Amino acid sequence: MIDSKIPPGPLDQKWTYYKGHCKLVNPANKRKLEVIVIGTGLAGASAAASLGELGYQVKAFCFQDSPRRAHSIAAQGGINAAKNYQNDGDSVFRLFYDTIKGGDYRAREANVHRLAEVSVNIIDQCVAQGVPFAREYGGLLSNRSFGGTQVQRTFYAAGQTGQQLLIGAYQALERQVALGNVKMYSRHEMLDIVIIDGKCRGVICRNLVTGELERHFGHAVLLCSGGYGNVFYLSTNAMGSNVTAIWKAHRKGAYFGNPCFTQIHPTCIPVSGDHQSKLTLMSESLRNDGRIWVPKKKGDTRKPNEIPEDERDYYLERRYPAFGNLVPRDVASRAAKERCDAGYGVGSSKQAVYLDYAAAIIRYGKIECGKQGITNPTEEQIRTLGKQVVKEKYGNLFDMYQKITGEDPYEVPMRIYPAVHYTMGGLWVDYELMTTVPGLYALGEANFSDHGANRLGASALMQGLADGYFVIPYTIGNYLADEIRTASISTDHPAFVEAEKQVSDRINCLMSIQGKQSPESFHKRLGKIMWDKCGMARNAEGLKQAITEIQELRKEFWSDLRVTGTIHEYNPELDKANRVADFMELGELMCIDALHRNESCGGHFREESQTEDGEAKRDDANFSYVAAWEWKGDSQWQLHKEELHFEVAKPSQRSYK
Amino acid sequence: MEHYTMNLTLKVWRQKNSQDKGRFETYEVKNISSEMSFLEMFDVLNEQLIAEGKDPIAFDHDCREGICGMCSMYINGRPHGPWQHNTVCQLHMRAYKDGDTIVVEPWRAKAFPVIKDLVVDRSAFDRIIQAGGYISVNTGNAVDANAIPIEKEKADAAFAAAACIGCGACVAACKNSSAMLFLSAKVSHLALLPQGEPERKTRVLNMVAQMDKEGFGSCTFTEACEAVCPKGISVTNISRLNKEYLVAGLTEDKR
Ligand SMILES: Cc1cc2nc3c(=O)[nH]c(=O)nc-3n(C[C@H](O)[C@H](O)[C@H](O)COP(=O)(O)OP(=O)(O)OC[C@H]3O[C@@H](n4cnc5c(N)ncnc54)[C@H](O)[C@@H]3O)c2cc1C
Ligand code: SF4
Ligand code: FES
Repeated sequence: MIDSKIPPGPLDQKWTYYKGHCKLVNPANKRKLEVIVIGTGLAGASAAASLGELGYQVKAFCFQDSPRRAHSIAAQGGINAAKNYQNDGDSVFRLFYDTIKGGDYRAREANVHRLAEVSVNIIDQCVAQGVPFAREYGGLLSNRSFGGTQVQRTFYAAGQTGQQLLIGAYQALERQVALGNVKMYSRHEMLDIVIIDGKCRGVICRNLVTGELERHFGHAVLLCSGGYGNVFYLSTNAMGSNVTAIWKAHRKGAYFGNPCFTQIHPTCIPVSGDHQSKLTLMSESLRNDGRIWVPKKKGDTRKPNEIPEDERDYYLERRYPAFGNLVPRDVASRAAKERCDAGYGVGSSKQAVYLDYAAAIIRYGKIECGKQGITNPTEEQIRTLGKQVVKEKYGNLFDMYQKITGEDPYEVPMRIYPAVHYTMGGLWVDYELMTTVPGLYALGEANFSDHGANRLGASALMQGLADGYFVIPYTIGNYLADEIRTASISTDHPAFVEAEKQVSDRINCLMSIQGKQSPESFHKRLGKIMWDKCGMARNAEGLKQAITEIQELRKEFWSDLRVTGTIHEYNPELDKANRVADFMELGELMCIDALHRNESCGGHFREESQTEDGEAKRDDANFSYVAAWEWKGDSQWQLHKEELHFEVAKPSQRSYK
Repeated sequence: MEHYTMNLTLKVWRQKNSQDKGRFETYEVKNISSEMSFLEMFDVLNEQLIAEGKDPIAFDHDCREGICGMCSMYINGRPHGPWQHNTVCQLHMRAYKDGDTIVVEPWRAKAFPVIKDLVVDRSAFDRIIQAGGYISVNTGNAVDANAIPIEKEKADAAFAAAACIGCGACVAACKNSSAMLFLSAKVSHLALLPQGEPERKTRVLNMVAQMDKEGFGSCTFTEACEAVCPKGISVTNISRLNKEYLVAGLTEDKR
């Protein structure tokens, strides 16, 4: 039985109750307790800094050369919080409700409510750290709206919100490093966890510069290693993002929650050719002002600006009048795929739709002319002023588009297509963020917790920082309070020796295959299987094929891989081989999970389960649970179910019409 | 955009580790699409080297969208290559034509030792931040975010400085290997905000001291840094830093 440890009481009192009743560790004892934090993105950096401030002895690890470079840095659009500064009817309850509904009723109510509650503290904390959020002329904070909501609750810093938030958390972390409370290990990769007497007590890491393996003890270990979207090879994730940390933990007993729940983001720059190494997101905030369309005529080859207004199909506005271009991501992505599959796609690949700013430029231009008292402005004046406004709001995104495509988005509509972006799945955790291995926690994108089957925009940054700044500092105390008598365990303990040997054996094995194909080539092939058969639309037939194909690919990998270089040096090929090996095992589990979940919900679309007009059809009677998979050996998993109970947000078919 | 393909000659710095002396090696790459990014061209070259059983070229990269600051190549004498306000991961091959020769080196500075090939150690930047590049506020101590209004111009200027990605191109471009643009961006970011006020003086003094300790050169204001900075960090930040430093030095409590 898995116990989610949800506190008693009414939903909006649970967190208060928990905080009032959890065990505490006194300051003198905190100094004796060691905590290991794997990953220093928003979740890890905020956790490491906050635990350091509390007085724990923290060791933090990341594989980049500096914690400031974690993938969180790339988040563009913003972070949600129920501040209701706009007085537009927002509240903690609404943020909670939007998140549950947006997640298509596959998230745990108690966790989501807590997230909405602490969201307001996050903004306060970040501003205090000097995060330069966008402001209005009166000096107060500015907000914008995001998909799946009807209020303006998103805080932002141009198109670089993740960067500014991470720099804030990074600075807090470096302050703790300077104070000696946190020891930082950059260019280190965690390759296994160590379990002693049923509790997680440390990790095995590889120093990526020297290739040496290291053992580190901790009374508790936090995995904050981010998402695994790169299992699809092409995604908006950074090149190094990977599943290894949580996969190793999974193989040592941590259940994996909802592995198949993947978010495909509707607005990304389309693939341009086989050389493509990653995909670039165009922030969802662009859907605030941009209009999405395709030609009404199939296979129309005219240039976009030559297609007259009445020959354009603004299909989101047509299908979903209430939310229009701001429907949630899964809905917008499927609608784009539907149009392209039906033959209305644009661009040379025909796998793209237009995101058009012409109307917004004119609208803003007219407002500006009004503000500046220009009567009878010329079309040119309107456009010039309108472009200035758009540049101020989205300038860096437009620049990015232009650099990649060589086209000017102020003049020609952007071409966009959905791409893999985020993984709602991750290690199963209880209310305290603890996995099924005692003493092992998962935070941020690495856990499965708050977003159900679909994450709303601007909610990942919120969750990462909620977990790190405001949740784990309480919940870890509840565990460590019983550990104050546990002295540091020597890393000569047989469990450490054994774990290191396993890691070392595997590395030797990878190096000794001496075949012909590179890690990169295997990764590409895995990605193609996943995208074709476990991507935006899935069916039983395809998923079964995918499972067989992945098993075959794995065999080929372990018999024909070539890793150049040696073990005891800086060797990115070896790092990559290690990661791809884990991705393959994960890919198989994702397909198994997608196959077993014979319903459509959120980002998981089973072709067998749809309404007459092609919308996703949930099956609450049979699938209102979290699928938590236990690893039982190669290609073998056992399913455990955490039933979901909705006491406040009663499930209904999602409608954005 | 018209697309085309090209053949190129690459002269790339190869260095096994920090002790190795290092040398240039020449490679040919064929059929490179103008739509590829510069790093994707390197991916092609590396796959080619692996197929030939040779050691691929090590280079740092992660986000590949110009924001993490990890990529760092010195291309034909210029950090991040020929485009303005650009990182090498965002440089696209349409910047080149068939038959071009491209020379690629790592950042070169005493404070950035080479780890391997094009990969250097920039941890000195982290240590400069540790010396004071933060606001000392523990989690949970904050007042309401709208309690202190900040003029939009100031907030925008702080943001412009905070946009630094810590890539180190400024250091690589400078003949003195000075880190002043990087340092001034952080000092400006925090000095422009009311939250940064209490630690304003100690911050600038400690950070400058750490920069000197790390072995970065001094600034002779050639402005080479601003010219190559991918985020357009302005040298006016250096002027602000100098002023902050002077004021802090004059009023420092000499105990
Ligand atoms: C392009 C893009 C734009 C986005 N925009 C938004 C947005 O506007 N709003 C929003 O809310 N969300 C957004 N997201 C999602 C959001 O950015 C991420 O979900 C979030 O930042 C993840 O944070 P994290 O701390 O969990 O992980 P990450 O930031 O991915 O950090 C992972 C950390 O773990 C380390 N690590 C991983 N494996 C190991 C290992 N084995 N050993 C040691 N260290 C390891 C890494 O070095 C890194 O430090 C966006 C995502 C993308 C891709
Ligand atoms: S100032 Fe510019 S060049 Fe220097 S580290 Fe920052 S972003 Fe890079
Ligand atoms: S790889 Fe991130 S900035 Fe270039």
